[in-house]
Amino acid sequence: MASWHHRLGAMLAVAAATLAGTADGGATPVRVGSKSFTESYLIAEIVARIAEQVGEAPVERRFGLGGTGMVYGAVASGEIDLYPEYTGTISRAILHDSSVTTVPALRARIRPRGLIISDPLGFANTYALAVRRDTAARLGLRRISDLDRHPGLTAAFDPGFVDRDDGWPGLQHHYGLRLAAVRGMEHALTYPALISGRVDVIDVFSTDGQLARTDLVVLSDDQRFFPDYAAVLLARESLAARLPRTWAALQQRLGGRIDNATMARLNAEVELDRRTFAQAAAAFLGERGAADAGPARRRLGRDLATLTVEHLVLVAASLAVAIAVGLPLGLLAARHRFLGQLELMGIGVLQTVPALALLAFMIPLFGIGRVPALVALCLYALLPIVRNTYAGVSSLDRQLLDMAAVLGLNGRQRLAWIELPLAAMTIMAGIKTAAVLTVGTATLAAFIGGGGYGTLIVTGLALNDVPTILAGAIPAALMALAIHVAFEALDRLVVPRPLRGSPGRAR
Amino acid sequence: MIALRDVTKTFGARVAVDHVSLALEPGTTRILLGSSGSGKSTILRLVLGLLAPDTGEVLVDDVVVSRGTRRDALRRMGYVVQEGALYPHMTAAENATLAARAEGWARARMAARLAGLAELVGLERSLLDHYPAELSGGQRQRTGLIRALMLDPPVLLLDEPLGALDPISRAELQTELLRVFHELRKSVLLVTHDVREAFVFGTTITLLNEGRVVQEGTFADLARRPADPYVAQFLRAQAPPAAMTAAL
Repeated sequence: MASWHHRLGAMLAVAAATLAGTADGGATPVRVGSKSFTESYLIAEIVARIAEQVGEAPVERRFGLGGTGMVYGAVASGEIDLYPEYTGTISRAILHDSSVTTVPALRARIRPRGLIISDPLGFANTYALAVRRDTAARLGLRRISDLDRHPGLTAAFDPGFVDRDDGWPGLQHHYGLRLAAVRGMEHALTYPALISGRVDVIDVFSTDGQLARTDLVVLSDDQRFFPDYAAVLLARESLAARLPRTWAALQQRLGGRIDNATMARLNAEVELDRRTFAQAAAAFLGERGAADAGPARRRLGRDLATLTVEHLVLVAASLAVAIAVGLPLGLLAARHRFLGQLELMGIGVLQTVPALALLAFMIPLFGIGRVPALVALCLYALLPIVRNTYAGVSSLDRQLLDMAAVLGLNGRQRLAWIELPLAAMTIMAGIKTAAVLTVGTATLAAFIGGGGYGTLIVTGLALNDVPTILAGAIPAALMALAIHVAFEALDRLVVPRPLRGSPGRAR
Repeated sequence: MIALRDVTKTFGARVAVDHVSLALEPGTTRILLGSSGSGKSTILRLVLGLLAPDTGEVLVDDVVVSRGTRRDALRRMGYVVQEGALYPHMTAAENATLAARAEGWARARMAARLAGLAELVGLERSLLDHYPAELSGGQRQRTGLIRALMLDPPVLLLDEPLGALDPISRAELQTELLRVFHELRKSVLLVTHDVREAFVFGTTITLLNEGRVVQEGTFADLARRPADPYVAQFLRAQAPPAAMTAAL
């Protein structure tokens, strides 16, 4: 699957590069992407601001594009020009070859894909172990290998870290460590557990915002176990060719300029001090008026009205297409039993693809933004519509259908006068299910830049900021309710009066 | 008018109609009499072209009914079934005019025809705007009859038209039907399991058992000269006790 994905991505990338080469206008924007977590947003915002200062081309921010699969897909297919990435991720998740570690080696391997890698920015977001300063002083802990002299210590690790080969199991083996107790704990909770003294050692990411605010000692990885996750910019080769001054400015102003402590501080400003990405980025770049660079949270959140419209458009458009496609498919299934079973199975299988994976598959085909989101939403809305249309039409009374033939109704008349009205209750129930589901699923569209309430949810998740998540989730829930009510009203128009509320009475 | 020639129809292992031949002459009434499972309803469905015979032929006006000729054949037949098979989402008027609407009749022509037929079958005009669920069993059957008569077909096929009615509506509608058949000079093929109905309606009765024709003839023929012990058994089973007839 991955190789298919990559090959297709690479093909599209070449096609897109060719197109970009021929249509090389001065106004083509720099499209900056990011993953959906704080640090990625921050670096992307800094990149965007530098590009704006250079002024070679307008800047388009396409932040919060989910995880590596999505954002890499976007850069490979030419939907974005660059985004912040980590060397370890490039070697493991993109090249699938963990033996490639150095930047020059990565550059050589990624070049055939039309991509380039900037000089390292300075910080590395890698696993590390941290202890309280007083513990470190008391026990003389500076390096991870110092731990093997203190097997009585207890640890709390993120569940992922406990399981992963490049986490605790590997580390334990590599250093020959023993600890008295190791428990899995949600990452956000490990800091309080350490500070309150309930555990002695926790795993951290080397640029966690909390590291900037708490008096912890990060133990050095003296036997070099953890892979290097040095931050770089992953960009399209065409960017450097098209906008050389911008690329040079990014290299010059960011290369080696952000160390772990700086990155941790920036993360802390956003996550702990509730500053916006824009404010933190502007402050880092020493821009004047940094403090009032946009009202808090609003820049990303835009305002609720815009998001509501975006969300409604996503739901309405995908639902309309799903109905237009699903009704005929359902009828087809009811007419041809064998074909119908195949069709229902196919659509059923589609439903089992996790939404995020489906969105990821959309990128090489449709890029990022609204179109792939709409396609994915349509596919999800299809099942209830097709299934209910099929069930409604194929369960009609045999005698009533025979009578239609006896009365000389042609196919179209039979469908419009008899079958659809009689099945209307069931079909509408399917459409209602699809509508309410789509309101929920549409929140995932934000992961591929599709907009809508999900934008707030994705940002909120990245910031671990519950109010922002709720600011997206609550309106989505309300919209689902509103749509339910609206469709109940629509029933009165669509379903013939004698059939309402008693779908079984058809005689 | 209508003829079956050595028709056989099986459903899986069950032989529903077994080498049946029969004919319906213009302007006459023929009763298909038999208990359930005797194949009488299947014969109507074969005549309508809703089923195709395994062997043998069904002819309507000397034309073999097939996929290609079914549409023409259907225009010459009206079909009434037990409980009406009315569409629950349409009013009585909408149900009754379906065939005319499918033919693309003008509104005025349809209204006039509907009014005339409602009067003929004894259905109050105000009831035409009601949905089937709001009508009594007898009113529903009258609506079904109007629907069957809409295009004035020469042949009427009726499958237990009185089967779902209470005794009083049943007696009323029976009288109306007889009058309609007579006034309109329709050729009628009527299916029933009820010996009394067969007696009242039928000039010719075809008694069926397990898909086969047991005997054909008038009621008197069947009663006096049963071709088979089954005939006498079938007729006697439904006869009212002599004491009851005497008491009435």
